[in-house]
Amino acid sequence: MKVLTANRLSDGEAVWYAPDHSWIETLAGAEIARDKEHEERLEAIGKAAFAANQVLDVDIIDVELTDGAIVPIRLRERIRAAGPTNRADLGKQARPRGKTEANWVI
Amino acid sequence: MYRYDEFDQSFVEARVAQFTDQVERRLAGEITEDQFRPLRLMNGVYLQLHAYMLRIAVPYGTLNSKQLRMLAHIARTYDKGYGHFTTRQNIQFNWPALSDVPAILADLASVQMHAIQTSGNCIRNVTADHFAGAAADEVADPRPYAEILRQWSSVHPEFSYLPRKFKIAVTGAGRDRAAIQTHDIGLHLKKNGRGELGFAVYVGGGQGRTPMVAKKINDFVPEEHLLSYCTAILRVYNLYGRRDNKFKARIKILVHETGVEEFARQVEAEWAELKDGELTLPAADIAAINAYFAPPNLPARPDGDQALKQARLDSKSFGEWLDQNVITHRHPDYAGVTISLKGIGETPGDASDSQMDAVADIAEKFAFDELRVSHEQNLILPHVARADLRAVYDRLVEIGLATANSNLITDIIACPGLDYCALANARSISVAQEISNRFAGLERQRDIGELKLKISGCINACGHHHVGHIGILGVEKKGAELYQVTLGGSGDENTTIGEIVGRGFAPDEITNAIEKIVDTYLGLRLDRSETFLNAYRRVGSAPFKEALYVSEARAA
Repeated sequence: MKVLTANRLSDGEAVWYAPDHSWIETLAGAEIARDKEHEERLEAIGKAAFAANQVLDVDIIDVELTDGAIVPIRLRERIRAAGPTNRADLGKQARPRGKTEANWVI
Repeated sequence: MYRYDEFDQSFVEARVAQFTDQVERRLAGEITEDQFRPLRLMNGVYLQLHAYMLRIAVPYGTLNSKQLRMLAHIARTYDKGYGHFTTRQNIQFNWPALSDVPAILADLASVQMHAIQTSGNCIRNVTADHFAGAAADEVADPRPYAEILRQWSSVHPEFSYLPRKFKIAVTGAGRDRAAIQTHDIGLHLKKNGRGELGFAVYVGGGQGRTPMVAKKINDFVPEEHLLSYCTAILRVYNLYGRRDNKFKARIKILVHETGVEEFARQVEAEWAELKDGELTLPAADIAAINAYFAPPNLPARPDGDQALKQARLDSKSFGEWLDQNVITHRHPDYAGVTISLKGIGETPGDASDSQMDAVADIAEKFAFDELRVSHEQNLILPHVARADLRAVYDRLVEIGLATANSNLITDIIACPGLDYCALANARSISVAQEISNRFAGLERQRDIGELKLKISGCINACGHHHVGHIGILGVEKKGAELYQVTLGGSGDENTTIGEIVGRGFAPDEITNAIEKIVDTYLGLRLDRSETFLNAYRRVGSAPFKEALYVSEARAA
């Protein structure tokens, strides 16, 4: 399983591509590709968004579902999705959960 | 300290205007990321895991209170209320929006600061001994020469597209606190037999994936030839340095592959063409720059000894701080103070906006408005009257910056690691925090004595792990963090690269491993005067390997 991620051009915020064709600030609502064809579609969307100067540092990352929540395989991506582990008061993990549902399981 | 002249100020302001336009065009989609990336890097703007990161130059680590207050203002206004002081005497902000960077740079320009050449394949911020101009063991203040190098290297057209980044460090004391032998060029300012100033020149040091100790290629280059000699080195590097492989592009590789004697010969040949030409520094110019760094007028304060004697009696913790964080000044009534940014369990090198404001107040009131950033990620007050040390200490206690651990095991260098950095493979800060908490007791730390522990979250070695007495390198193995330990490194006048002790440790094993190494040292040292490094140099790695791996296997 993979999701499409990037950083937003204007402020560098880590974002993920969502089924409604928007880039969202939380991993929880990301569109999941479950087969090669879907992955390729997401990759093409990422390239187009980069070319359109919406995002940068575009990547397709491996994820798994744990109790229904999307969890990246790599620690790097889990930290991107939550925030620095030394400062629980910073990043997405510090935002009200109800609004963002940030996943900060490291 | 140096003050901008009209040319400097207008140059920096012009750069702000230029980059402001570039940012606007980028945000409007008029230029692509591929076009913009080199432009933003030239202005210190990186993209990290969570946001952009802005690296601001603190030339040779010297700041005044007005500048530190501006950094506090930037932290408060544009970032998340703190900054991170780095191993290159700079400061980084971890959360700026790209759209705010022009305003930040304009604010910086108003206090004679900028972010130029804090990235890219150019000559980076020149670093220096953080006790320059204050230390009792100094021959001369290295900062005027660092400033001359800064002026020479800033947007130098010939050296703006080098094969790779280029770092220069200068020390004016025999005891090297600037780690000059780990730099592309290391300069040791000293006097010859006739009392003239000049430099022993070291070339080809560096850490990263191929750590090397710099080699001395000239024992005495007279001060007036500083620029012509450095130009000769840069020209040889620019001509022959490898551009085909990023990992082999630093000058250390060129020196190694060419051979130090042949490299030195090439530099001397180039220098012969340049020497006594337009790059010769006129004595009047050196004097003019030196005048900016004239030491503050330090009035006699003979009341210090009595005041300290009494204060020691009044407060054990003050006495401990005095023993640990205060160094001898060239003036007997004064001292140099290390403000530890390594509170127990805290993030090494981080300071909040209110702490920066408070430190600026202390510097203004008690330290002749002078501050330094050390490459060990602490702040320094270079000139404090001994009679005022108690007052300074009391204020540092109020803001949580009075930790008495300078040069002890919890005075840890750590890069931002995987918590922030896009290049990192493993976390550094969390390891530093756990080790700091494990060794929190000051009595134990002081019993262990001087021990420099340095942690990097990837092979680029921003955390200087190669020259840590104990070095820790975080890597990613099979998707998990793993920490390799090196022992016996040092970044002083006898620089050595640490040796890998054996297989790495998982995150939940690394602190125990460090404790085992420390306990092994305590068990084998001759007496308390034998430091960890000296003990390691005497006995080698075998007892530590035995403790870490063989005893462990036996126990299992």
